[in-house]
Amino acid sequence: MEDSDSVAVARVKAGDGDAYRALVDRHSRSVFRLAYRMTGNEQDAEDVVQETFLRAYKQLHRYEARASFGTWLYRIASNYSLDLVRSRKRHPQAAFDESSKPGEEAANPVHAVASDAPGPDRLLLGDEVQRAVASTLDQLSQQERTAFVLRHFEGQSIEEIGSSLGLSGNATKHSIFRAVQKLRRALEPLVT
Amino acid sequence: MMNHPTEEQLVLYYYGESNQGAADIEAHVSGCEQCRASYKGLQRVLNSVDSFPVPERAPDYENQVWASIEKRMEKRSRWLSFGWRPMLAAAAMVALMVGAFLAGRTWQKPARPIVAATDNRGVRERVLLVAVGDHLERSQMVLVELANAGTPKAGRLDISFERQTAEDLLESNRLYRQTASTNGDVATAALLEELERVLLEIAHSPSEVSGRQLEELRRQIEDRGILFKVKIFGSQVEQSAQSATSL
Repeated sequence: MEDSDSVAVARVKAGDGDAYRALVDRHSRSVFRLAYRMTGNEQDAEDVVQETFLRAYKQLHRYEARASFGTWLYRIASNYSLDLVRSRKRHPQAAFDESSKPGEEAANPVHAVASDAPGPDRLLLGDEVQRAVASTLDQLSQQERTAFVLRHFEGQSIEEIGSSLGLSGNATKHSIFRAVQKLRRALEPLVT
Repeated sequence: MMNHPTEEQLVLYYYGESNQGAADIEAHVSGCEQCRASYKGLQRVLNSVDSFPVPERAPDYENQVWASIEKRMEKRSRWLSFGWRPMLAAAAMVALMVGAFLAGRTWQKPARPIVAATDNRGVRERVLLVAVGDHLERSQMVLVELANAGTPKAGRLDISFERQTAEDLLESNRLYRQTASTNGDVATAALLEELERVLLEIAHSPSEVSGRQLEELRRQIEDRGILFKVKIFGSQVEQSAQSATSL
Protein backbone atom coordinates (compact mmCIF):
# COMPACT_ATOMS: atom_id res chain seq x y z
CA MET A 1 0.00 0.00 0.00
CA GLU A 2 2.72 2.45 1.01
CA ASP A 3 4.73 1.70 -2.11
CA SER A 4 1.74 2.22 -4.37
CA ASP A 5 0.92 5.41 -2.46
CA SER A 6 4.44 6.66 -3.10
CA VAL A 7 4.10 5.91 -6.80
CA ALA A 8 0.77 7.72 -6.98
CA VAL A 9 2.16 10.70 -5.05
CA ALA A 10 5.15 10.90 -7.38
CA ARG A 11 2.83 10.84 -10.41
CA VAL A 12 0.64 13.60 -8.98
CA LYS A 13 3.72 15.71 -8.22
CA ALA A 14 4.84 15.16 -11.79
CA GLY A 15 1.60 16.71 -13.00
CA ASP A 16 -0.67 13.68 -13.39
CA GLY A 17 -3.75 14.91 -11.52
CA ASP A 18 -5.68 11.71 -12.28
CA ALA A 19 -3.20 9.69 -10.20
CA TYR A 20 -4.70 11.42 -7.18
CA ARG A 21 -7.83 9.40 -7.71
CA ALA A 22 -5.99 6.23 -6.71
CA LEU A 23 -5.16 7.85 -3.37
CA VAL A 24 -8.76 8.94 -2.89
CA ASP A 25 -9.93 5.40 -3.68
CA ARG A 26 -7.53 3.88 -1.17
CA HIS A 27 -8.04 6.21 1.75
CA SER A 28 -11.48 7.81 1.62
CA ARG A 29 -13.24 5.19 3.77
CA SER A 30 -10.61 5.18 6.48
CA VAL A 31 -10.51 8.99 6.53
CA PHE A 32 -14.30 8.93 6.92
CA ARG A 33 -14.07 6.48 9.84
CA LEU A 34 -11.47 8.61 11.59
CA ALA A 35 -13.44 11.80 10.97
CA TYR A 36 -16.67 10.25 12.21
CA ARG A 37 -15.03 9.01 15.39
CA MET A 38 -13.52 12.42 15.96
CA THR A 39 -16.61 14.50 15.19
CA GLY A 40 -19.46 12.07 15.96
CA ASN A 41 -21.42 13.58 13.08
CA GLU A 42 -21.92 12.08 9.63
CA GLN A 43 -22.17 15.36 7.73
CA ASP A 44 -19.15 16.82 9.48
CA ALA A 45 -17.23 13.64 8.70
CA GLU A 46 -18.14 14.00 5.02
CA ASP A 47 -16.90 17.60 5.07
CA VAL A 48 -13.68 16.42 6.67
CA VAL A 49 -13.17 13.79 3.97
CA GLN A 50 -13.57 16.29 1.14
CA GLU A 51 -11.53 19.04 2.75
CA THR A 52 -8.79 16.61 3.76
CA PHE A 53 -8.26 15.43 0.19
CA LEU A 54 -8.41 18.97 -1.16
CA ARG A 55 -5.92 20.25 1.36
CA ALA A 56 -3.63 17.27 0.87
CA TYR A 57 -3.73 17.86 -2.89
CA LYS A 58 -2.89 21.49 -2.48
CA GLN A 59 -0.12 20.83 0.01
CA LEU A 60 1.33 17.78 -1.70
CA HIS A 61 4.47 19.72 -2.56
CA ARG A 62 5.11 20.00 1.19
CA TYR A 63 4.80 16.25 1.72
CA GLU A 64 8.30 14.83 1.97
CA ALA A 65 7.60 11.13 2.54
CA ARG A 66 9.13 11.17 6.04
CA ALA A 67 5.89 9.61 7.20
CA SER A 68 3.71 7.39 5.03
CA PHE A 69 1.17 9.21 2.88
CA GLY A 70 -1.62 7.66 4.97
CA THR A 71 -0.18 8.98 8.25
CA TRP A 72 0.27 12.42 6.72
CA LEU A 73 -3.28 12.37 5.34
CA TYR A 74 -4.79 11.25 8.66
CA ARG A 75 -2.94 14.03 10.41
CA ILE A 76 -4.58 16.55 8.07
CA ALA A 77 -7.92 14.86 8.70
CA SER A 78 -7.53 14.87 12.48
CA ASN A 79 -6.42 18.51 12.54
CA TYR A 80 -9.34 19.53 10.38
CA SER A 81 -11.73 17.46 12.50
CA LEU A 82 -10.40 19.22 15.58
CA ASP A 83 -11.00 22.61 13.98
CA LEU A 84 -14.50 21.57 13.07
CA VAL A 85 -15.28 20.23 16.53
CA ARG A 86 -13.84 23.41 18.03
CA SER A 87 -16.12 25.56 15.89
CA ARG A 88 -19.10 23.31 16.69
CA LYS A 89 -18.41 23.79 20.39
CA ARG A 90 -18.79 27.50 19.80
CA HIS A 91 -22.07 26.88 17.96
CA PRO A 92 -23.40 23.84 19.81
CA GLN A 93 -25.66 21.30 18.16
CA ALA A 94 -26.23 17.60 18.61
CA ALA A 95 -22.77 16.13 18.27
CA PHE A 96 -23.74 12.50 18.02
CA ASP A 97 -25.43 11.79 14.77
CA GLU A 98 -28.84 10.33 15.49
CA SER A 99 -29.13 9.12 11.92
CA SER A 100 -26.73 6.30 12.67
CA LYS A 101 -28.79 3.83 14.59
CA PRO A 102 -26.81 1.65 16.92
CA GLY A 103 -27.13 -1.99 16.10
CA GLU A 104 -27.54 -1.50 12.36
CA GLU A 105 -24.11 -2.77 11.55
CA ALA A 106 -23.94 -6.40 10.62
CA ALA A 107 -20.79 -7.21 12.53
CA ASN A 108 -21.05 -5.92 16.05
CA PRO A 109 -17.84 -6.44 18.00
CA VAL A 110 -19.63 -6.17 21.34
CA HIS A 111 -21.82 -9.11 20.47
CA ALA A 112 -18.88 -11.02 19.13
CA VAL A 113 -16.97 -10.47 22.36
CA ALA A 114 -19.88 -11.09 24.64
CA SER A 115 -21.31 -14.21 23.07
CA ASP A 116 -21.25 -16.26 19.90
CA ALA A 117 -25.03 -16.27 19.66
CA PRO A 118 -26.45 -13.19 21.33
CA GLY A 119 -30.04 -13.34 22.46
CA PRO A 120 -32.42 -10.35 22.31
CA ASP A 121 -31.39 -9.18 25.78
CA ARG A 122 -27.74 -9.14 24.77
CA LEU A 123 -28.51 -7.30 21.53
CA LEU A 124 -30.43 -4.74 23.56
CA LEU A 125 -27.50 -4.40 25.92
CA GLY A 126 -25.20 -3.96 22.90
CA ASP A 127 -27.31 -1.03 21.73
CA GLU A 128 -27.18 0.46 25.19
CA VAL A 129 -23.41 0.10 25.28
CA GLN A 130 -23.09 1.75 21.89
CA ARG A 131 -25.20 4.68 23.02
CA ALA A 132 -23.19 4.98 26.20
CA VAL A 133 -19.93 4.90 24.22
CA ALA A 134 -21.19 7.61 21.87
CA SER A 135 -22.48 9.74 24.70
CA THR A 136 -19.31 9.40 26.77
CA LEU A 137 -17.06 10.15 23.81
CA ASP A 138 -19.14 13.25 23.25
CA GLN A 139 -18.53 14.38 26.82
CA LEU A 140 -14.77 14.10 26.59
CA SER A 141 -12.73 17.24 26.06
CA GLN A 142 -11.46 17.73 22.49
CA GLN A 143 -7.97 16.78 23.59
CA GLU A 144 -9.11 13.65 25.40
CA ARG A 145 -11.31 12.54 22.53
CA THR A 146 -8.66 13.12 19.89
CA ALA A 147 -5.91 11.44 21.88
CA PHE A 148 -8.16 8.50 22.68
CA VAL A 149 -9.47 8.05 19.13
CA LEU A 150 -5.98 8.22 17.66
CA ARG A 151 -4.64 5.70 20.19
CA HIS A 152 -7.56 3.30 20.45
CA PHE A 153 -9.00 3.25 16.93
CA GLU A 154 -6.07 4.39 14.82
CA GLY A 155 -3.35 2.63 16.81
CA GLN A 156 -1.05 5.66 16.79
CA SER A 157 1.79 5.75 19.30
CA ILE A 158 1.87 8.19 22.21
CA GLU A 159 4.71 9.98 20.44
CA GLU A 160 2.77 10.37 17.17
CA ILE A 161 -0.31 11.62 18.99
CA GLY A 162 1.74 14.06 21.05
CA SER A 163 3.30 15.39 17.89
CA SER A 164 -0.12 15.87 16.24
CA LEU A 165 -1.60 17.60 19.26
CA GLY A 166 1.46 19.56 20.29
CA LEU A 167 1.59 17.77 23.66
CA SER A 168 4.38 16.22 25.68
CA GLY A 169 4.44 12.45 26.10
CA ASN A 170 3.15 12.73 29.66
CA ALA A 171 0.33 15.11 28.75
CA THR A 172 -0.69 12.75 25.94
CA LYS A 173 -0.72 9.78 28.30
CA HIS A 174 -2.82 11.72 30.81
CA SER A 175 -5.33 12.69 28.12
CA ILE A 176 -5.75 9.07 27.09
CA PHE A 177 -5.94 7.96 30.70
CA ARG A 178 -8.62 10.53 31.57
CA ALA A 179 -10.64 9.42 28.53
CA VAL A 180 -10.37 5.77 29.59
CA GLN A 181 -11.37 6.62 33.16
CA LYS A 182 -14.51 8.40 31.96
CA LEU A 183 -15.38 5.55 29.63
CA ARG A 184 -14.80 3.07 32.40
CA ARG A 185 -17.10 4.90 34.78
CA ALA A 186 -19.85 5.00 32.17
CA LEU A 187 -19.46 1.54 30.69
CA GLU A 188 -18.33 -0.75 33.46
CA PRO A 189 -21.83 -1.18 34.92
CA LEU A 190 -23.06 -2.21 31.47
CA VAL A 191 -20.37 -4.71 30.53
CA THR A 192 -19.73 -6.55 33.80
CA MET B 1 6.75 -8.87 43.04
CA MET B 2 6.11 -5.23 42.18
CA ASN B 3 3.48 -3.14 44.00
CA HIS B 4 -0.02 -3.08 42.58
CA PRO B 5 0.17 -1.22 39.27
CA THR B 6 -1.82 1.99 39.11
CA GLU B 7 -4.86 2.29 36.86
CA GLU B 8 -2.82 4.47 34.53
CA GLN B 9 -0.11 1.82 34.29
CA LEU B 10 -2.74 -0.79 33.43
CA VAL B 11 -4.12 1.44 30.69
CA LEU B 12 -0.65 1.91 29.20
CA TYR B 13 -0.05 -1.83 29.52
CA TYR B 14 -3.29 -2.52 27.62
CA TYR B 15 -2.09 -0.28 24.78
CA GLY B 16 1.41 -1.75 24.78
CA GLU B 17 2.94 1.52 25.93
CA SER B 18 4.49 0.28 29.18
CA ASN B 19 7.96 -0.01 27.66
CA GLN B 20 10.28 -1.88 30.01
CA GLY B 21 7.65 -2.20 32.77
CA ALA B 22 5.46 -4.51 30.71
CA ALA B 23 7.00 -7.75 31.95
CA ASP B 24 6.67 -6.69 35.61
CA ILE B 25 3.03 -5.73 35.15
CA GLU B 26 2.28 -8.96 33.32
CA ALA B 27 3.87 -11.01 36.09
CA HIS B 28 2.03 -9.05 38.77
CA VAL B 29 -1.36 -9.22 37.08
CA SER B 30 -1.12 -12.97 36.55
CA GLY B 31 -0.31 -13.51 40.23
CA CYS B 32 -2.60 -10.94 41.86
CA GLU B 33 -6.31 -11.69 41.85
CA GLN B 34 -7.32 -8.10 42.60
CA CYS B 35 -5.26 -6.64 39.75
CA ARG B 36 -6.33 -9.41 37.39
CA ALA B 37 -9.97 -8.56 38.04
CA SER B 38 -9.25 -4.87 37.55
CA TYR B 39 -7.41 -5.52 34.30
CA LYS B 40 -10.19 -7.77 32.99
CA GLY B 41 -12.69 -5.03 33.75
CA LEU B 42 -10.56 -2.58 31.80
CA GLN B 43 -10.31 -5.01 28.88
CA ARG B 44 -14.07 -5.48 28.78
CA VAL B 45 -14.68 -1.73 28.76
CA LEU B 46 -12.12 -0.98 26.09
CA ASN B 47 -13.25 -3.90 23.93
CA SER B 48 -16.80 -2.63 24.17
CA VAL B 49 -15.68 0.80 22.91
CA ASP B 50 -15.01 -0.88 19.57
CA SER B 51 -18.78 -1.15 19.20
CA PHE B 52 -18.96 2.60 18.55
CA PRO B 53 -20.90 2.46 15.28
CA VAL B 54 -19.57 4.14 12.18
CA PRO B 55 -22.22 4.53 9.48
CA GLU B 56 -21.58 2.34 6.46
CA ARG B 57 -20.73 4.11 3.22
CA ALA B 58 -22.29 3.26 -0.15
CA PRO B 59 -20.40 0.76 -2.33
CA ASP B 60 -19.47 3.56 -4.74
CA TYR B 61 -18.39 5.90 -1.96
CA GLU B 62 -14.95 6.47 -3.48
CA ASN B 63 -16.59 7.65 -6.72
CA GLN B 64 -18.80 10.02 -4.76
CA VAL B 65 -15.82 11.52 -2.95
CA TRP B 66 -13.92 11.89 -6.20
CA ALA B 67 -16.88 13.53 -7.93
CA SER B 68 -17.27 16.01 -5.10
CA ILE B 69 -13.63 17.09 -5.06
CA GLU B 70 -12.61 16.79 -8.70
CA LYS B 71 -13.99 20.14 -9.82
CA ARG B 72 -12.66 21.96 -6.79
CA MET B 73 -9.29 20.33 -7.38
CA GLU B 74 -9.25 21.61 -10.94
CA LYS B 75 -10.04 25.09 -9.71
CA ARG B 76 -7.25 25.01 -7.13
CA SER B 77 -4.89 23.30 -9.52
CA ARG B 78 -5.51 25.89 -12.24
CA TRP B 79 -4.88 28.61 -9.73
CA LEU B 80 -1.71 27.00 -8.39
CA SER B 81 -0.28 25.98 -11.73
CA PHE B 82 -0.21 29.52 -13.03
CA GLY B 83 1.42 30.76 -9.85
CA TRP B 84 0.19 33.59 -7.71
CA ARG B 85 2.42 36.42 -8.80
CA PRO B 86 1.55 36.63 -12.51
CA MET B 87 -2.14 36.23 -11.77
CA LEU B 88 -2.05 38.87 -9.09
CA ALA B 89 -0.23 41.19 -11.46
CA ALA B 90 -2.93 40.53 -14.04
CA ALA B 91 -5.63 41.10 -11.43
CA ALA B 92 -4.01 44.36 -10.39
CA MET B 93 -3.93 45.39 -14.04
CA VAL B 94 -7.62 44.54 -14.45
CA ALA B 95 -8.33 46.46 -11.25
CA LEU B 96 -6.50 49.47 -12.59
CA MET B 97 -8.33 49.30 -15.90
CA VAL B 98 -11.69 48.84 -14.22
CA GLY B 99 -10.91 51.62 -11.79
CA ALA B 100 -9.85 54.00 -14.50
CA PHE B 101 -12.79 52.99 -16.67
CA LEU B 102 -15.35 53.52 -13.96
CA ALA B 103 -13.74 56.62 -12.54
CA GLY B 104 -13.86 58.09 -16.03
CA ARG B 105 -17.57 57.43 -16.11
CA THR B 106 -18.17 59.93 -13.35
CA TRP B 107 -16.90 62.92 -15.29
CA GLN B 108 -17.33 61.89 -18.95
CA LYS B 109 -20.34 63.51 -20.54
CA PRO B 110 -22.57 61.09 -22.42
CA ALA B 111 -21.70 62.05 -25.96
CA ARG B 112 -22.89 58.79 -27.47
CA PRO B 113 -26.37 57.49 -28.11
CA ILE B 114 -28.21 56.17 -25.07
CA VAL B 115 -28.26 52.56 -26.31
CA ALA B 116 -24.48 52.47 -26.68
CA ALA B 117 -24.08 53.98 -23.22
CA THR B 118 -26.28 51.26 -21.73
CA ASP B 119 -24.24 48.59 -23.54
CA ASN B 120 -21.00 50.05 -22.24
CA ARG B 121 -22.32 50.16 -18.70
CA GLY B 122 -23.28 46.49 -19.01
CA VAL B 123 -19.80 45.60 -20.20
CA ARG B 124 -18.23 47.61 -17.38
CA GLU B 125 -20.42 45.94 -14.78
CA ARG B 126 -19.57 42.49 -16.12
CA VAL B 127 -15.85 43.27 -16.09
CA LEU B 128 -16.11 44.58 -12.56
CA LEU B 129 -18.16 41.61 -11.37
CA VAL B 130 -15.78 39.06 -12.85
CA ALA B 131 -12.73 40.89 -11.47
CA VAL B 132 -14.21 41.29 -7.99
CA GLY B 133 -15.41 37.67 -7.99
CA ASP B 134 -11.92 36.51 -8.85
CA HIS B 135 -10.43 38.74 -6.19
CA LEU B 136 -12.81 37.42 -3.55
CA GLU B 137 -12.06 33.83 -4.49
CA ARG B 138 -8.34 34.39 -4.04
CA SER B 139 -8.88 36.20 -0.76
CA GLN B 140 -11.10 33.36 0.40
CA MET B 141 -8.34 30.84 -0.26
CA VAL B 142 -5.91 32.77 1.92
CA LEU B 143 -8.47 33.07 4.72
CA VAL B 144 -9.37 29.37 4.51
CA GLU B 145 -5.71 28.40 4.61
CA LEU B 146 -5.14 30.36 7.80
CA ALA B 147 -8.43 29.40 9.41
CA ASN B 148 -7.68 25.71 8.85
CA ALA B 149 -3.92 25.69 9.32
CA GLY B 150 -2.81 23.09 11.84
CA THR B 151 -1.70 24.59 15.12
CA PRO B 152 2.10 24.68 15.16
CA LYS B 153 3.36 21.86 17.36
CA ALA B 154 6.45 22.88 19.22
CA GLY B 155 7.74 25.67 17.04
CA ARG B 156 6.28 28.14 14.61
CA LEU B 157 4.21 27.93 11.45
CA ASP B 158 5.53 29.35 8.21
CA ILE B 159 2.84 31.60 6.71
CA SER B 160 5.14 33.54 4.40
CA PHE B 161 3.15 32.38 1.36
CA GLU B 162 -0.18 33.56 2.78
CA ARG B 163 1.43 36.76 4.02
CA GLN B 164 2.89 37.61 0.63
CA THR B 165 -0.39 36.80 -1.08
CA ALA B 166 -2.32 39.02 1.34
CA GLU B 167 0.13 41.82 0.64
CA ASP B 168 -0.43 41.44 -3.11
CA LEU B 169 -4.19 41.22 -2.71
CA LEU B 170 -4.24 44.42 -0.68
CA GLU B 171 -3.36 46.52 -3.67
CA SER B 172 -6.21 45.31 -5.85
CA ASN B 173 -8.55 45.32 -2.86
CA ARG B 174 -7.98 49.06 -2.38
CA LEU B 175 -8.70 49.74 -6.05
CA TYR B 176 -11.90 47.70 -6.04
CA ARG B 177 -13.03 49.33 -2.81
CA GLN B 178 -12.44 52.82 -4.17
CA THR B 179 -14.22 51.92 -7.40
CA ALA B 180 -17.19 50.46 -5.57
CA SER B 181 -17.32 53.52 -3.34
CA THR B 182 -17.20 55.87 -6.34
CA ASN B 183 -20.02 53.91 -7.94
CA GLY B 184 -22.14 54.19 -4.81
CA ASP B 185 -22.03 50.42 -4.30
CA VAL B 186 -22.11 50.65 -0.51
CA ALA B 187 -22.37 46.90 0.20
CA THR B 188 -19.36 45.96 -1.91
CA ALA B 189 -17.32 48.85 -0.55
CA ALA B 190 -18.14 47.87 3.05
CA LEU B 191 -17.20 44.24 2.50
CA LEU B 192 -13.95 45.19 0.79
CA GLU B 193 -13.13 47.58 3.61
CA GLU B 194 -13.54 44.79 6.16
CA LEU B 195 -11.54 42.42 4.00
CA GLU B 196 -8.83 45.03 3.68
CA ARG B 197 -8.40 45.21 7.46
CA VAL B 198 -7.97 41.44 7.71
CA LEU B 199 -5.61 41.31 4.71
CA LEU B 200 -3.62 44.10 6.33
CA GLU B 201 -3.33 42.09 9.56
CA ILE B 202 -2.09 39.06 7.64
CA ALA B 203 0.29 41.10 5.49
CA HIS B 204 1.79 42.70 8.60
CA SER B 205 2.23 39.40 10.44
CA PRO B 206 5.67 37.83 10.72
CA SER B 207 6.58 35.16 8.16
CA GLU B 208 6.54 32.58 10.91
CA VAL B 209 3.92 32.71 13.63
CA SER B 210 3.60 31.04 17.01
CA GLY B 211 0.47 29.18 18.04
CA ARG B 212 -0.72 32.25 19.94
CA GLN B 213 -0.20 34.57 16.98
CA LEU B 214 -1.99 32.15 14.68
CA GLU B 215 -4.88 31.97 17.12
CA GLU B 216 -5.03 35.77 17.13
CA LEU B 217 -5.20 35.85 13.34
CA ARG B 218 -7.90 33.20 13.36
CA ARG B 219 -9.81 35.16 15.96
CA GLN B 220 -9.70 38.25 13.74
CA ILE B 221 -11.02 36.21 10.83
CA GLU B 222 -13.71 34.54 12.93
CA ASP B 223 -14.82 37.55 14.96
CA ARG B 224 -15.46 39.57 11.86
CA GLY B 225 -17.19 36.62 10.17
CA ILE B 226 -15.24 37.76 7.14
CA LEU B 227 -14.76 34.31 5.65
CA PHE B 228 -18.48 33.66 5.69
CA LYS B 229 -19.23 37.07 4.21
CA VAL B 230 -16.63 36.65 1.48
CA LYS B 231 -18.01 33.20 0.62
CA ILE B 232 -21.60 34.43 0.37
CA PHE B 233 -20.73 37.62 -1.42
CA GLY B 234 -18.35 35.80 -3.74
CA SER B 235 -21.01 33.30 -4.79
CA GLN B 236 -23.54 36.12 -5.31
CA VAL B 237 -21.05 37.98 -7.45
CA GLU B 238 -20.32 34.83 -9.44
CA GLN B 239 -24.04 34.27 -10.06
CA SER B 240 -24.56 37.88 -11.10
CA ALA B 241 -21.57 37.71 -13.43
CA GLN B 242 -22.93 34.54 -15.01
CA SER B 243 -26.41 35.94 -15.52
CA ALA B 244 -24.93 39.19 -16.88
CA THR B 245 -22.85 37.20 -19.35
CA SER B 246 -25.80 35.10 -20.46
CA LEU B 247 -27.89 38.21 -21.26
